[in-house]
Amino acid sequence: MTCDEAEILLHALVDGELDAGHAREVEAHIATCPRCTAELAAISEMHQAIADADLRYTAPVALRRRIEAALPQAQAPSRRAVLRGFAMGSAVSAIAATGLVAIVLRNDDESRITSEIVSAHLRSLQAGHLTDVLSTDQHTVKPWFNGRLDVAPPVIDLTALGFTLIGGRLDYVDARPVGAIVYRRRLHVINLFVAQTANSETRAARTETFQGFNIRSWSEGGLNYWAVSDIAADELTEFSDKFQTAMKTSAG
Amino acid sequence: MPVNAANDDPEKARRFRDAALPHLDDVYTLARYLLRDASDAEDAVQECYLRALKHFDSYRGPAMKPWLLAILRNVCRAEYARRASSPTGAIEDVADKEEQTPLWSEAPETPETHILRQRDASTIRRLVSALAEPFRETFVLREIQNLSYREIADLADVPVGTVMSRLARARAMLRSAWMAEQEPPK
Repeated sequence: MTCDEAEILLHALVDGELDAGHAREVEAHIATCPRCTAELAAISEMHQAIADADLRYTAPVALRRRIEAALPQAQAPSRRAVLRGFAMGSAVSAIAATGLVAIVLRNDDESRITSEIVSAHLRSLQAGHLTDVLSTDQHTVKPWFNGRLDVAPPVIDLTALGFTLIGGRLDYVDARPVGAIVYRRRLHVINLFVAQTANSETRAARTETFQGFNIRSWSEGGLNYWAVSDIAADELTEFSDKFQTAMKTSAG
Repeated sequence: MPVNAANDDPEKARRFRDAALPHLDDVYTLARYLLRDASDAEDAVQECYLRALKHFDSYRGPAMKPWLLAILRNVCRAEYARRASSPTGAIEDVADKEEQTPLWSEAPETPETHILRQRDASTIRRLVSALAEPFRETFVLREIQNLSYREIADLADVPVGTVMSRLARARAMLRSAWMAEQEPPK
């Protein structure tokens, strides 16, 4: 590899965008080239300085209010709003009632839970309440759940496999407490929700998409799992595969 | 379906709100860097959310954030066109000149790290805002919005290779500006 070829790839290396093969080639070149070594150091330093500085802007409150005001019924209804709305059907207009019937019929149990899972994921990102226990150590996160849940959700550190464990949280889905184990992939958050199920059958993982989020769910050993994130579907599949493989390994 | 009926659906509004509003700061941030004007940015963001709500029914991906940023980018391009046609408000685009900026800066004689760390956020913001398009957009999407190369390529409708070369050039330009501002050592 020449410096010219390495030039652009140095950036991809810093950005974590190179596959293993290319990364090895670039690293092999850097090892023999002081100029590219210096260039890589400079790119990394600037990248880090940019990451450390807060370069984001915060939307003015007035703008947020204007946008919310433009939404019909802007106040956030609780998760029971649909049912409550249904119960007061006689009080709402005929058109709105039709809409509600359609929604209630469309939302079978499973898609309602999917929707709740995504809402829980969104809440975790929004409220500055991503983790109750913040630790990259599975032996810290796992005991934290003791006494908070009926089950002990498996907490597996996948950092070496590209998914960094960052902590755990107690959340509620379908009005029941569930464990949420939080991972990070680059700057994307993956929430892995774990809930007990009466049903001990094993269900193979499948991916669905809801409001732009990918949700990969499976059942194993009396637990239901939902991994939800905005990372690409194939990456989420990689996550669930690695998690399930690690589960089997740790179970011996 | 008539647009009004769709927009009056409170359940849809709730889903839209849950999905789209958490990204408001991201959308506003991109608008600030693209338009370099706080009040134009507010207008663009509001327009972006109106359009997004209108098209939410047909939204099937990509992830919500790149989708919103793509809409915002289209809104901003319309604003560029408006400014270009107004005699006083045109955004100077110095891309041609900046193309001449060498990718390689001189080998650093002092450790750059110490110099870089001294820059505060407002200085970096100013330097980033001064980058020419399309380098500024690519840089902001990558470094501030943390989009992947693939997401940026899809959003800007260019090949990934173009994203990579724009990003390399953006960083080289930023570093030059950064070094040029270096205060004399105390």
